[in-house]
Amino acid sequence: MNFPILSSLILLPSIGALFLFFTRGNKKNNFTIKYVALFTSAVNFFLSIYLWILFDPSTSNFQFVEERIWIKDFINYKVGVDGISILFILLTTFITPLCIISVNNSINERLSEFLIAVLIMESFMIGVFCSLDLVIFYLFFEAGLIPMFLIIGIWGGARRVYSAFKFFLYTLLGSVLMLVAIITIYWLNGTTDVVELYNSGIDIKYQNLLWLAFFSSFAVKTPMWPVHTWLPDAHVEAPTAGSVLLAAILLKMAGYGFIRFSLGLFPAASEIFTPLIYTLSVIAIIFTSLIALMQEDMKKLIAYSSVAHMGYVTLGIFTIQQQGIEGSIIQMISHGLVSAALFLCVGVVYDRMHSRLINTYGGIVSIIPKYSILFMLFTLAALGLPGTSGFVGEFLILMGAFKDNFLVAVIASIGVIIGAAYMLWLYKRVVFGKLINADLKQMFDLNRSELFILSCLAVPTLFFGFYPDPLINTIEVSISDLINQYNFKLASQI
Amino acid sequence: MENLQLVLPEIFLSLSIMFLLIFGVFKKNSSRLVQSLSLAVLIVTAVITFNETIGINETKLFNNSIIIDYLSSLMKIITLLAAFLVLIISSNYLKTFQIFKIEYPILILSSVLGMMVMINSNDLIVFYMGLELQSLALYVLATFNRDQIKSSEAGLKYFVLSALSSGLLLYGCSLIYGFTGSTNFDVIATQLNSDVYAMTFGIVFVLVGLAFKISAVPFHMWAPDVYEGSPTSVTLFFTMVPKIAALTVFIRFLYVPFLNLIDQWQTILIFLSIASMLFGAIAAIGQTNLKRLVAYSSIGHVGYALAGVTVGTNDGIQSSIIYITIYVFMNLGLFSCLLMLKRDNQYYEKIDDLSGLSKNHPMLALSLLIILFSLAGIPPLAGFFAKFYVFKAVIEQSMYFLAIVGLLSTVVAAFYYLRLIKIMYFDKEKEKYDTDHGFWLKFSLTASTLLILIYFIFPSQLIEVVSRINII
Repeated sequence: MNFPILSSLILLPSIGALFLFFTRGNKKNNFTIKYVALFTSAVNFFLSIYLWILFDPSTSNFQFVEERIWIKDFINYKVGVDGISILFILLTTFITPLCIISVNNSINERLSEFLIAVLIMESFMIGVFCSLDLVIFYLFFEAGLIPMFLIIGIWGGARRVYSAFKFFLYTLLGSVLMLVAIITIYWLNGTTDVVELYNSGIDIKYQNLLWLAFFSSFAVKTPMWPVHTWLPDAHVEAPTAGSVLLAAILLKMAGYGFIRFSLGLFPAASEIFTPLIYTLSVIAIIFTSLIALMQEDMKKLIAYSSVAHMGYVTLGIFTIQQQGIEGSIIQMISHGLVSAALFLCVGVVYDRMHSRLINTYGGIVSIIPKYSILFMLFTLAALGLPGTSGFVGEFLILMGAFKDNFLVAVIASIGVIIGAAYMLWLYKRVVFGKLINADLKQMFDLNRSELFILSCLAVPTLFFGFYPDPLINTIEVSISDLINQYNFKLASQI
Repeated sequence: MENLQLVLPEIFLSLSIMFLLIFGVFKKNSSRLVQSLSLAVLIVTAVITFNETIGINETKLFNNSIIIDYLSSLMKIITLLAAFLVLIISSNYLKTFQIFKIEYPILILSSVLGMMVMINSNDLIVFYMGLELQSLALYVLATFNRDQIKSSEAGLKYFVLSALSSGLLLYGCSLIYGFTGSTNFDVIATQLNSDVYAMTFGIVFVLVGLAFKISAVPFHMWAPDVYEGSPTSVTLFFTMVPKIAALTVFIRFLYVPFLNLIDQWQTILIFLSIASMLFGAIAAIGQTNLKRLVAYSSIGHVGYALAGVTVGTNDGIQSSIIYITIYVFMNLGLFSCLLMLKRDNQYYEKIDDLSGLSKNHPMLALSLLIILFSLAGIPPLAGFFAKFYVFKAVIEQSMYFLAIVGLLSTVVAAFYYLRLIKIMYFDKEKEKYDTDHGFWLKFSLTASTLLILIYFIFPSQLIEVVSRINII
């Protein structure tokens, strides 16, 4: 394999961004700008599909590995994918073009800058999911803050400054400890290469502190209770496309990090801290679901539901069961699709009515039926109805949890009920009921691009709900190998 | 006969200064010419330094009072380069205030000469001589805009406080001399007796003097006032060039004679470093004047550079030299932006004057954005790597406390850098600024921004340059 396909995936969006940078933006060539961005991200999507086709799911080794000297005698630029990371890359390249299509109505000012930020963001996120060196990972992980800060701050809503600052400082504070941990690992093992670290293991004396340092970063990013408070703010104030990126992809970086680094590098510490994760996850599931019930603002409600869903993810990861981790990954992919769709749904009505408050709406089913149908589908997917991808993830996670800890599993299952409650209640208040607000009659149904985006998201949601095999096939071997490694290291006390 | 070739850069520079001074006095209206000649002198001196001294082994001259090695050659070149960059971008500013005079380049050259002597010094007397030469030139430079009361105040303040710190430093030197019988670093190293507490006092006094020059907390009080009052181009000079020289002396003074007393000075340096990082970050939050803000930010950055020196290994020294080099470029970019905030012959230096810059001057705002994120230490910009190397050296010696406090203070510092970005990008625009900035100002802004932006593609080069520094 000579063609550096992963590096191309990382670089291509940046090159597109560079093109946009040199294209002078005005009202007339907004069209051109959008198509350049769309073309770049679409090419990237097809490239990643090609990657998936070439990918060999029967081995847990890293594939498409590229290694170059970057800082001599210190850090090598190393990228590669295995079953765990490839799906996240696909998710990223799939969501980004949809985001770019969706800016039609919501972003009027500085379109070209917005698209540059989105494309650069895509580069960084793909970089996060395929880097095989801790320093490179950190670099991409942190660099993503810059475009996201600008997306929230420049194109956001009324309280955008507060939200952008909160987002930036929270995540930065979490991550600096991870940097200390990464340097410490270099000092202990003489390398930051993930593959070598998998093989050599990390001194058990240091594992607990290192695990906590990584945890501080991932917990903020996931976000886990009680450091989740930046997320509702960021989501509410971000423009629709920003919320989609944030919910669909940014949150997944931490879940991925937990699997790749916390489980992979620190098995002994993961074992010790599993109760902590269980507790926080269960609190997140129950507590934020209850908070979500009380929300007046649609975006906020979905943001809190994201926290609850990510609670299932962390719970599933630390069951260290085949089903649990598989479920977590599928849950992350599914949440990526569904939450993106839900934020887009909110965006659709927001663009028309300029209100996100639930009580503005009601009874819109007769006015915009197409919208109501698709919104229904994603609502049901979010609460995990069988036949949608949400069900597969939640079911597998709970199955893994029942194997590991009965009590936790029971409480988490209660969360599913509350989840159904707030989602259905949201849907009922927005779509059904009496049409009280007369302004709503002016609303027009989905236009072509909106219909296209939402259908694009609906197809995989349903497809993987009925037939999750392609996903499970891809991740199965990597995960079983990860668990074997984990148990082996635990048994031999490395 | 001593090998004078090795001090050729200093000889050439001092002869040039004398020549330029006489030339400028006798030829009327020659400030432009003197400016260009001074630039040429700096370049030629750098070239001579590079040719004559960069490759040679450690050599000591004049009764071992001057040392020429890789460290000194490299730092001299960085100093000359930084001074060159300051000089090329200051002419527009000086012309606006009608202080574009021959004295300006000559004073800069003399202070650079002082710094070169400092960097070369292997003896307390030589070191003090260089220090005073550079300080004297700096006092005058601070008051250079003498019609403005703030500038005069800045110069006077700087003079009084600097004289005080020089006094402390001299007292420290005399204590060290008293207990070792020599002012030469090598001799001191052999005469050390760690049981003598007075020796520690000597070290402390010298460190206080040096900390003052480098504006490390708690000896920083002069910096915000002086930085604010001085002409902006001189502030730029203050924030970078004397720090390069002082850092070199820090390294030489601590590592040559007193390496064996590391237990005694390490704590002091850790304190200086932590205090500077934290104070720089916290105090900058409340500022409304850009130059004062830069002063606090530079205090913070000095803290990081010192963190590298505390470590006591070659890695640490190298990392702190990398830090100061990257810092020079970030600062150059930052000040180029400040010098562009000009409308109707007036420079704007309030934070609010940045408001909405991204709408009126998108390229300027974008450059400033990149520079500010780099100063905050966000990857993949150069500023991140600077911090990364320092903390790598610190953690390798298991100094976790220093590393964690340092990194946490970057988060605090990120707040005020973000605030500037917020004002530029999220706030409403004001009137436009002038756009006719002259070639050199645009050049230095573009060049420094690009360097910061693409540093991550070639990070090895700078490491290779400094990796030859080996003084332990």
